[in-house]
Amino acid sequence: MPERTAAAPEALLASPDQAAQQAITAEIVALHAEYEARDAAGERLPLTMHDFPPYRSSLLRHPTKNPKLVDPETIELASPAFGQRDVAAIEADLTAQHAGEPLGERITVQGRLLDSWGRPVPNQLIEVWQANSAGRYIHQRDQHPAPLDPNFTGAGRAVTNANGEYLFTTIKPGPYPWKNHANAWRPAHIHFSVFGSSFTQRLVTQMYFPGDPLFALDPIYNSIPLQHDRERLVGVYDHDLTSPEWATGYRFDIVVDGADASWFEPEEQE
Amino acid sequence: MTSIVPERILRPTPGQTVGPFFAYGLEYPKQHEVAFSHSPGAILLGGTVYDGAGAPVPDALVEIWGADEHGVIPRARGAIRRDDHTFTGFGRAFTNDDGRYELWTREPGFETRPPASGAPQPVRAVAAPFFAAIVFARGLPDKLHTRIYLPDSAAALAADPLLASLDDGERATLIATRTDRGRLEHDIRLQGEGETVFLAF
Repeated sequence: MPERTAAAPEALLASPDQAAQQAITAEIVALHAEYEARDAAGERLPLTMHDFPPYRSSLLRHPTKNPKLVDPETIELASPAFGQRDVAAIEADLTAQHAGEPLGERITVQGRLLDSWGRPVPNQLIEVWQANSAGRYIHQRDQHPAPLDPNFTGAGRAVTNANGEYLFTTIKPGPYPWKNHANAWRPAHIHFSVFGSSFTQRLVTQMYFPGDPLFALDPIYNSIPLQHDRERLVGVYDHDLTSPEWATGYRFDIVVDGADASWFEPEEQE
Repeated sequence: MTSIVPERILRPTPGQTVGPFFAYGLEYPKQHEVAFSHSPGAILLGGTVYDGAGAPVPDALVEIWGADEHGVIPRARGAIRRDDHTFTGFGRAFTNDDGRYELWTREPGFETRPPASGAPQPVRAVAAPFFAAIVFARGLPDKLHTRIYLPDSAAALAADPLLASLDDGERATLIATRTDRGRLEHDIRLQGEGETVFLAF
């Protein structure tokens, strides 16, 4: 293959065709109808489609062959060791990382990390990152002309406790424009990166907020073929988690799935 | 053995793309130094991530997880807080503007049990050592699992169940190349000619 020079990453962010939202939405609706029919016919669809053309930057980046089903080897059934001391408690509070307090709606996001059998997954690393309340990421390649917040970086980490629980304090992110198509906006979301007790359970996903009007328009949210699976990514407002005069509370439980063999407990767990 | 695995009761949380702006959320110091680069046995594992048009992907990340040189699974903490001597087996590398990722690590040994006393005991006579690897990228709606096998033991590679199930072209996408400087080179092609074999479990 001839030597190719990489395009500047920011130049890749805009899709060449810049379709209208209406056209993108029509593509999403047609694909969802197809997926629902295949699901109804008994086909086991992936939880997320790698080949989802409305998400334009996936066109040249998704594999064309089905993944090869393999029995995991020992190393794949284990996971890097994390512990409570790997992360400082302050790292789970995204509102306390600067001299002042960030602008926006203070929230807590908490939940449990579970496996497919409903067992809590303790001592695993959860990393989060998000836009600020104006919908601006601190990343240098984010060119959205919304204000940066000098008191908000938007990155945090936590390690799940013995019951698999985690808690982040942050501010609610704003919706965010991107260049997938003309007038494209992402629903407000928090990125989550999660380790399970086996490497096969590794998960990167996004948590959304209830009732977002952008859900039906968003190619990334809709890369999940089935409605009940998409809903699983929407945090649940829980008034019992809301603290008086302080923050509204959302619950987001995360279920990591591995091979059958990840049912068995690892030989040692710290 | 799998017959005694009970029914799953929860549907898993679906994955989503890592997006364009993962760097400030996922980066940590020395993330690509699984082994301290000046320690004995440290090697450089690197390569380029390509898209379906053969263009390098400058906004991907590659994670590896591997056994130590004795084939023992690392149980020491410290993967996200490096101390320059503990081998944790886990590393993370972002591709640069040329689509290239690089990790300093050690080569996994043949799979063994941790030593009860004395030296680690081999589990199997032949089990081809590999790095478990995951690729994430902007434009990739979900993670991709793969393996990066060490190229040196022809007998072990020939006996590996996964490799044995692949044709020659597919097999080549999972085996690293050793350069004349002793480095391991391994490109990852997300789509098209020479597409890397990705895995489901």
